[in-house]
Amino acid sequence: MPRTPIEIPESIEHLSILDETGRLDRDLEPRLEEGLLLRLHRTMLLARRFDERLLSLQRQGRIGTFPPSSGQEAAHLGAAAALSPEDWMVPAFRELAAEIWRGRTLESVLLYNAGFNEGGHIPPERNDLPISIPVGSQILHAVGIAWALRHRRTDRVAMVFFGDGATSQGDFHEGLNFAGVFSLPAIFVCQNNQWAISVPRARQTRSRTLAQKALAYGIHGIQVDGNDLLAVYAAAAEAVGRARAGGGPTLIECVTYRLSVHTTADDPRRYRTEEEVESWRRRDPLPRFQKYLADKGLLSEEGVRAAEEEVAREIQQAVERAEEAMKALGDPLDLFEHLWAEMPPTLREQREELIAALAARGGEETHG
Amino acid sequence: MAKLNLVQALNLALRQEMERDDRVIVLGEDVGRDGGVFRVTEGLIERFGEERVVDTPLAESAIVGTAIGMAVAGLRPVCEIQFDGFTYYGMHQIEAHATRLRWRSRGRFHVPLVVRAPYGGGVRALEHHSESREALWAHLPGLKTVIPSGPRNARALLLSAIRDPDPVLFFEPKALYRAFREEVPEEEETLPIGRSRIAREGGDLTLVAYGAMLRPTLEAAEELSRQRGAEAEVIDLLTISPLDDTLLVASARKTGRVAVVHEAPRSFGPGAEIVARLVEKAFYHLEAPVARVTGYDVIIPLFRREAYYLPDVPRIVQAARRLLEAP
Repeated sequence: MPRTPIEIPESIEHLSILDETGRLDRDLEPRLEEGLLLRLHRTMLLARRFDERLLSLQRQGRIGTFPPSSGQEAAHLGAAAALSPEDWMVPAFRELAAEIWRGRTLESVLLYNAGFNEGGHIPPERNDLPISIPVGSQILHAVGIAWALRHRRTDRVAMVFFGDGATSQGDFHEGLNFAGVFSLPAIFVCQNNQWAISVPRARQTRSRTLAQKALAYGIHGIQVDGNDLLAVYAAAAEAVGRARAGGGPTLIECVTYRLSVHTTADDPRRYRTEEEVESWRRRDPLPRFQKYLADKGLLSEEGVRAAEEEVAREIQQAVERAEEAMKALGDPLDLFEHLWAEMPPTLREQREELIAALAARGGEETHG
Repeated sequence: MAKLNLVQALNLALRQEMERDDRVIVLGEDVGRDGGVFRVTEGLIERFGEERVVDTPLAESAIVGTAIGMAVAGLRPVCEIQFDGFTYYGMHQIEAHATRLRWRSRGRFHVPLVVRAPYGGGVRALEHHSESREALWAHLPGLKTVIPSGPRNARALLLSAIRDPDPVLFFEPKALYRAFREEVPEEEETLPIGRSRIAREGGDLTLVAYGAMLRPTLEAAEELSRQRGAEAEVIDLLTISPLDDTLLVASARKTGRVAVVHEAPRSFGPGAEIVARLVEKAFYHLEAPVARVTGYDVIIPLFRREAYYLPDVPRIVQAARRLLEAP
């Protein structure tokens, strides 16, 4: 028997609408209304400045370790902007602008990163999971949520974020596979930021693109310029529309770059060059989007200055409010809360033990 | 009342709960067309259709991980993992998320998830098909680990597990699947999770067991009664974690002589926790060192030697005699 080729008539597209020099493809440009464009800009700017503030707060010891997201705002914000509030978003941990877009308050971010579990609370109006730290494990939750949404005959979708490193995890492959087999309304957004701490994208897979992993699972896949908010939005809107209509899942690879550290405990000078970082700074999504808005006559230099002042004020107020809120938090007995619907007797005993230990310590302190 | 074996009793629980609550979904490998490799889900796909009884691809992490997502979004998934040896693929999802999402979201979400898996030896199976590793799971805060010991309590506990707002790992003693029948009422019956029960009353010594070890433990108690007129109180844990120590402690205070029986390896096993609780809460009532009749700290051998590994009636009786003979 001869060897015969099996035709796999699929290819992967790369989508770019607004390039790094600000050139626009008018045929592909999504028609977004002015108000939405300005809100996106404001969220992007707020996330960038807040990220910078968080970094300085961490360096001052006022908050703990956190993972900055500067440089990746277009990738996660552009994707989240294609969701309606009734849809579900499942973040990893580097989606600050998307979380803000979905209604997460700056105070909640500050509380969380200052080590208060209270910052993890998700209010009832947000259909988002809290951040998920074990890499790629949250992908399956989005698939299960999408499954439940379809099961209840809604037209809602679930969108999940993860990085290039996550595509090496089994849960990524299992998630895409399940979503494909059951044709679920799930959108997989990979923020390929080139580095999983110190390990480069090339060390995660020999595949030419991450988007092509979709082909193996028989689902839609596309690669987009992840620093081009318009391209990310367009790809996500297409995927969301298809999923709502019963067309199944999509993998979107956003090619982007982590301009900052992996977390505040990381020193990127150990594994990448300043030239590389500089080359990506030229592709920064924020000035690129600002130029687009300026070219459309939607944002003047004065408008940028006003927006900068506005977000600076908002951040300052949030920091003050969060620091005030922290004074009322810190009840040690909170550590027993929210584990069970009903606290089991063993845990009640341990809680009493801590109460007694604290009382004894209080006694010692007054003696001392 | 019908006389049902364990498989039929579990099937009854699933069928009735799926009738009652359309949020209940069964998913796993071979749970649909095949009715499960032990036939626990037999007939469910015909009755409820393939959207509620789902034959999944072969990936335990995804079975558990997607079920977590379903549970968060309002369904009541019941996963079947085919054998205990394959539960570890799903362990990460349980440890990292099922047990934590309520906590992480400060109560916004909860994970009403049941993971069913057969556990334990005694069925002449292959490697990875006979382990008893409940201690691994019992160590996880936020997870309930339940092990029934017979058809009637299995049915009642499975109903409670499905209705529980938090994740439950439900280990089914596979040696008992078809070992005996019990009267199981057709009408709904539940048992509270987190409570043990007295399976036999006695005042001379206390034997603690659960799952497949309950039967040899009860037999040993009868033999002790016949041989020496010593009456053992037998406690059936039913829930391994969170462990209810009220009956244990009360019984130990009464008899002063306690043996714990389990087929799990001894070191750091459930028996270790039980002994610790007795030391904390019944130390001055103990008349003899607490005995552990358990599996050894080895990989459970293939089935030709399995009988030497598993605690049996003679081993339990021997340990009990030493307890009774202690000064």
